Amino acid sequence: MSTRKQIILAAYVGGVNEHTAWEHPDAGSQIDFSTFRHVAQTAERGRFDYFFLAEGLALRARDGRIFDHDIAGRPDTLPVLAAIAAVTEHLGLVGTLNATFNEPYELARQIASLDHLSGGRAGWNVVTSFDAYTGANFRRGGFLAHADRYVRAEETVATVRELWDSWADDAIAADKESGVFLRDGRAGEFSHHGSQFDIEGRFTVPRSPQGRPVIVQAGVSPQGRDFAASTADAIFSPYSKLAEGKAFRDDIRERAARFGRDPEHVKILPSAGFVLGDSRADAEEKARHILEQQLSDRTIQVTFEQVWNRDLSAYDLDGPVPDIDPDPEAPAFIQGRAFIFQDRFQTVRTWRELAEQKGLTLRGLAHEVARAPGYIGTPEQVADQLDTFVQEGGADGVVLGSHVVPSGLDEFVDRVVPLLQERGSLRTEYEGTTLRENLGLPLPEAALAAAL
Amino acid sequence: MTTSRPPHIGVALEGAGWHPAAWREPSSRPADLFTAAYWIDLVRTAERAGLDYVSIEDSLALQSERFLTGDERTDEVRGRLDAVLIASRVAPAVSRIGLLPVVTVTHTEPFHVSKAIATLDYVSEGRAGVQVKVSVRADEAAHVGRRPHPGDVALDDPAFRAFVDEAFDEAADVVEVVRRLWDSWEDDAEIRDAATDRFLDADKVHRIDFEGRFFSVRGPSITPRPPQGQPVVAALAHAEGPYRLAARSADVVFVTPADAAHSRSIVDAVRDAERAVERQGEPLLIVADLLVFLDEPGGESGADRLARLDALGRPLVSDARIVAGSASTVADVIDDLVAAGYAGVRLRPGVATDDLPRIADDLVPELRHRGLVQSAPHTTLRGRLGLPEGLPSRYATPVA
Repeated sequence: MSTRKQIILAAYVGGVNEHTAWEHPDAGSQIDFSTFRHVAQTAERGRFDYFFLAEGLALRARDGRIFDHDIAGRPDTLPVLAAIAAVTEHLGLVGTLNATFNEPYELARQIASLDHLSGGRAGWNVVTSFDAYTGANFRRGGFLAHADRYVRAEETVATVRELWDSWADDAIAADKESGVFLRDGRAGEFSHHGSQFDIEGRFTVPRSPQGRPVIVQAGVSPQGRDFAASTADAIFSPYSKLAEGKAFRDDIRERAARFGRDPEHVKILPSAGFVLGDSRADAEEKARHILEQQLSDRTIQVTFEQVWNRDLSAYDLDGPVPDIDPDPEAPAFIQGRAFIFQDRFQTVRTWRELAEQKGLTLRGLAHEVARAPGYIGTPEQVADQLDTFVQEGGADGVVLGSHVVPSGLDEFVDRVVPLLQERGSLRTEYEGTTLRENLGLPLPEAALAAAL
Repeated sequence: MTTSRPPHIGVALEGAGWHPAAWREPSSRPADLFTAAYWIDLVRTAERAGLDYVSIEDSLALQSERFLTGDERTDEVRGRLDAVLIASRVAPAVSRIGLLPVVTVTHTEPFHVSKAIATLDYVSEGRAGVQVKVSVRADEAAHVGRRPHPGDVALDDPAFRAFVDEAFDEAADVVEVVRRLWDSWEDDAEIRDAATDRFLDADKVHRIDFEGRFFSVRGPSITPRPPQGQPVVAALAHAEGPYRLAARSADVVFVTPADAAHSRSIVDAVRDAERAVERQGEPLLIVADLLVFLDEPGGESGADRLARLDALGRPLVSDARIVAGSASTVADVIDDLVAAGYAGVRLRPGVATDDLPRIADDLVPELRHRGLVQSAPHTTLRGRLGLPEGLPSRYATPVA
């Protein structure tokens, strides 16, 4: 039996983004259930660990007008995952749910309900928002200051766990003979009085199959890393190259140990794309073509407008990089998407230098800085790259997305998965029934006992 | 008045059944109440019977014998799963029946409610509805911690009355927002027009800019317009205030007539409420809730079963009329209700695993025999209920 590290695989369907090629002849609906069923069943056929669904809480807008170029519109996360539970048996179901615009009682009950209804396959990707544009869709509004979002998120996760833990495993007797349904008349009782939530009462959902559904987080700042290392079962990371991935993973494992956790119990998965070809040249040619499709004129313009925070429509994409400065004080010019750059001025400075050095137009710069689609090559080469990345400690696995929905993942499952299985790096059958078992995570009770 | 339309028949699912001791019956599966298999079995039985819809009860607090707060009873079912997720989990396992989860609108975000029901409509391919529920319970308020509640007070306490009135006004705003969000994408907003490089026609995706007394919501929704356009909205109502909420917001009102005279007065009260709020469009479908214990053919009578269950613990107390008897007895009651102007009945099985199969095997054949079952196949819930289909979004500009 192989002792190779098992690659964790998750399948991702993007909802509102510029990566999915809607112009592709095979592009299907982004909203019909048949799309989600197809991707989930394909992932299960490929023995993936989980299906991952992002969440959207506002449509993107440019200068106050809904942006019309990219894929937009998505279903609600949890009902889709519950429906996927009906058409799969083993696949984990991880949904992104915002800790800013949801209350712990409702979150805990929905995720625990999904855990019951899927036989223990539920997970929660915890995200936060501080964006007043998104907040305008909610009763609460854009009330949360940037610095407070982790405070609320940490307390949300802690409170949700208190609720999940509020029923004993054996609270339900359901003994028809004696007439005892509950062993304890106060099952589900909780009381949480913290800086964010002042709540008490009883939780409606009995202990779910996993006890505590799986928690997934992202976060690269020191604060975010601590949050993830102390509480997450899995981390959705942005580092998909070996050196940076290894550095991040080492750092998280060290932090997890400092929090008294077994580093093995924090799995790290960067997102990745893939392009397969019959030869490397063929795959690279396809990848170039995909990138060209993704980087349409309007995508390029909006990408730069997001950093400059101003209207750049007057600048020729085939001309030089704009010589004006970004405008950080103006209201957000591009709304409804996360701003991933730390410092606008620094980013623009770096890009200008790069463009000058290489003699790039704005379009050339966009191609230069766009994220490559990830794993590119023949199925053998892709299997080799991915396996090496995981075996050498770049991460514990990857979250795979495809630029064509819903059929894009088929090629990976048909052509790469068998090679990974041959190498002994990917299961050929599911070992257990729950997501925790798939991921090799302990049941919460076991984790608690180990910590004592 | 002639009654040419056969009544709509639905069923309301609540745990092991509506009797607090239902879980103790031999057929009951109390250990399975929190599994998907249990709910799929029930909904499949209802679908096999040809019923129009199932509703699924829910609440943000545990079941309780008390109105405003919890209890510590151990001899009744306590615990429930989120009804929207039960409905979504069941949806791919059935193909014709409508699914109406109960959703509390008092402590939830209208944006989330809107996209959740829209998504149920997608995963069920046009069979979604929602029964909106106003929460006036003290324990539910304490679970969320966002609004003050007068506490465990007398129901005629002025502070409680004010709280209730406000909660109903707010619920009407929530439904308004939910409905506007469903309309915020026109049906043909997604154009995928490669020639103009546009995935969306931005002119067909609309902000809703709702600003009310209690909250504001900008929109548009993140979820495109659901297959039915407007999934079916229902509400359970027992008094003038709730009738008005239903008249303002719902397509279907579930009511609880106790007898023939009461059933007539409710119809009048609902129609009065419609006039009072100047309801536009279709009149409300008035549906009577009946809590049923059906005779077992050749076995125990429904009345004996009810008496036996009552003796096990707490006797059944119900807002809805309790009908214990043969399929023919229940069919007679339905006949009378149809004659009184009711669009249908919703049956609450006293014991889910006994009465639901009897509804399928005895009651529905009896109703069919009397010509009281509609047989037209409809693929959407709106269609089954005779509500207009293909409604344009309120934001759509008429084609010139």
